[in-house]
Amino acid sequence: MAEYKLEMRGVCKAFPGVKALDGVELKLRPGTVLALMGENGAGKSTLMKCLFGIYKMDEGEILLDGERVEIKDPDDAMAKGIAMVHQELQPVPARSVAENMFLGRFPVHKYGPLQVIDHKTMNEETRRWLSELGLDYDPKALLGTLSIGQMQMVEIAKAVSHEAKIIIFDEPTSSLSDKEVDFLFKVMNDLRDRGVSMIYISHKMDEIKRIADDIQIMRDGTYVGTWSAAELTTDEIIAKMVGRELTNVYPEHHHQIGEVILEAEDITSIHERSFRNVSFKLRRGEILGFGGLVGAQRTELMEGIFGIRHLAKGTIRIKGKEVTIKKPHDAMNAGIGMITEDRRARGIVGCLSIKDNVGLSVYNKYLRSGFVLDHPAINKVVNESIDKLSIKTPSMMELIQNLSGGNQQKVIVARWLANDPDILIMDEPTRGIDVGAKHEIYEIMEDLASQGKAIIMISSEMPELLGMADRVCVMCDGKLTGEISDKSEMTQEKVMSYATMF
Amino acid sequence: MSKNKSVKDFLINNGVIIIMIILVLYTGLRSDNFFTANNFRNLGGNMSYRLVIALGIAGCVITGGCDLSAGRMIGFAACIAGTLLQKIDYSGKFFPGMEPLNPFLALILVMLICALFGSITGFFIAYLSVPPFIATLAMMEIIYGLGLIYTGATPLGGYVTSYTAFSSGKFLTLSWLIWIAVLVGLITWFIFNMTRHGKYMYAIGGNPQAAEVAGVPVKKTMVIIYAKAAAMYALAGFMLGAKAGGASINTGLGYEMEAIAACALGGVSVTGGRGRVSSAVIGVAVLELLKVALQFLGVDNNAQYIAIGIVLFIAISLDIRKYVAKK
Repeated sequence: MAEYKLEMRGVCKAFPGVKALDGVELKLRPGTVLALMGENGAGKSTLMKCLFGIYKMDEGEILLDGERVEIKDPDDAMAKGIAMVHQELQPVPARSVAENMFLGRFPVHKYGPLQVIDHKTMNEETRRWLSELGLDYDPKALLGTLSIGQMQMVEIAKAVSHEAKIIIFDEPTSSLSDKEVDFLFKVMNDLRDRGVSMIYISHKMDEIKRIADDIQIMRDGTYVGTWSAAELTTDEIIAKMVGRELTNVYPEHHHQIGEVILEAEDITSIHERSFRNVSFKLRRGEILGFGGLVGAQRTELMEGIFGIRHLAKGTIRIKGKEVTIKKPHDAMNAGIGMITEDRRARGIVGCLSIKDNVGLSVYNKYLRSGFVLDHPAINKVVNESIDKLSIKTPSMMELIQNLSGGNQQKVIVARWLANDPDILIMDEPTRGIDVGAKHEIYEIMEDLASQGKAIIMISSEMPELLGMADRVCVMCDGKLTGEISDKSEMTQEKVMSYATMF
Repeated sequence: MSKNKSVKDFLINNGVIIIMIILVLYTGLRSDNFFTANNFRNLGGNMSYRLVIALGIAGCVITGGCDLSAGRMIGFAACIAGTLLQKIDYSGKFFPGMEPLNPFLALILVMLICALFGSITGFFIAYLSVPPFIATLAMMEIIYGLGLIYTGATPLGGYVTSYTAFSSGKFLTLSWLIWIAVLVGLITWFIFNMTRHGKYMYAIGGNPQAAEVAGVPVKKTMVIIYAKAAAMYALAGFMLGAKAGGASINTGLGYEMEAIAACALGGVSVTGGRGRVSSAVIGVAVLELLKVALQFLGVDNNAQYIAIGIVLFIAISLDIRKYVAKK
């Protein structure tokens, strides 16, 4: 028998402009749990997607039981005994547990050319596989009526029913209660005893300590190393995860920090596991960074403040006055702007021109006789921002969907510059854009801060966070776990330790 | 090669108009009476209220919705207007002895009533997230029921001449109905292009979530769109009553489908975000010309429906290519 159940060697994968994986390895011993760790963007998910056949590797090879294999697509991966359990993977919530278990391979009765689904066998088989894991869910219950933890268990049962020998868990516990986590670990231990090998992706140190046999660490798309879980302390793990120098160049800070403009107090979501009891202050001319891991609820918190999400409680004061924000329109009237993380879904209106995209937030300002749009004035503003932000386009009537990501982002920035809010929330402002455009966005931010605007920047890129922010708030699991206001204390290690304070 | 390509692009981009022109020329050659002022005056009269409906429904379609209640709203408005505008000595008068209202007053009244119902539809769509297809279906049923109860299903007639004059009266040889449609077209163009409301409408149709984050009052805008559309159906019902000299509860039945078809034909994207006033004009013109041309060619009346269906299939397939090719 081969030493490793699964080996990946020299895996490289490039996306336009980014080298996501660079010569990465992976070694999974039979019947063990391997924890895969790394910061946001270290390439963990990309590696797993290569393994599962969702992405095609540019270079590299996969060895299963010591033999070289090609994995073409997820179906192929399943056929080779590899399964993946993802927290957001809920195939068909409106259908029954059994139907989800047997999706695509329903047992049938054959009557000549007619095939009729054999519900009885399907339900019995489902019950049998579930009871293997010690679960007693009703196979006929709709999947959607189960909790997220239970749905995950169904996914695991499905993997087991495929007789998977390797199961990948991608952040399975991020939305589970403690009890559900305990149960998950019990199931994982059972599977391990049966010789199933597992890859476990998580940021939660205590969980890693409980479940993992080995730990593999990745950083910036490269392989750092693999250690036995007993060998490493939490601090050592963090140090290995972040161990790099700040290399990017950021504009010099010239802006002056002024009086408090925004006070958020006890901001709490209506959802139990989302952001809660968050309080912070923001000053004029300040760039306040929000750090944390993916899933720390930073975006949700800002959407709550901006009126996209509902708050259960909490007060927001702007310039000392309490404001009620029920929808983004209210936030805009209160002097807040927001550049969202997901540019395609919540930023651009693809089928409209640059002009119409910029204009959206300023039509209130450019009216003649109170209701007729002042097109010449709007054209002037739009053309000015195209020049100022050096947006590359033949004209302002070009459809925004024909621009590159960086230029689209600049159009969204132009939208808010034209609106001229006092406070600008920027959620991952440089995600998915090239280095040159990134630098331009940084300069715009510096420029805005110099004018006395207050900026909140959510960033998952550590160098950007530390390079741009005057002060950093760190969130973990919906709570504000730390604030670093002293520049000399702003280190990656410090941010990381607050970010993993579950 | 590139010349071939540009010819092909031209044909695809203007497919609908080209089909229409060919059909019109062919019919003109085959029939002596087709290219006559009278024929086109008739055509204009038929197009007038169809255009008003199409422009109303276009607003809903541009936001990615639809409005199934349009046809019943038209009948409802035509009936209410009819009951208020009968001659005092008409034997079958609905409100015996009542002085007929000023037609303009009656028009404003029906527009307000329908706008009220339209805003209710809009409220359910915007604030309670009922899909437009279902919300307008519900309003369609309600309006039909209200209309039946109000009229007792009696057909109306015997209108005062000041009402029927909207159709028979002429300005520069064209019926007043045509001028009303032109005016509505201009006002709609103004709203679509020169007001915040219009810009918000396109943004909501293109990407409602992005529009909301950009500070667009999405819900309020949606309510206004459905209220405005309903007011336009009322106007169309009023026009139709004047033209026919009578109305019944089935007046306007099925017109919403033809209006949606016209919008789609002219290039209003049914997935939202795209569409102009000219789209509605072209769409209505194509459908009406098609009907008249087939009549002149002696095609069975019932076969017209088949022709309309075929044209829809072809025209929309061509129209979609513009955007599919670009991606």
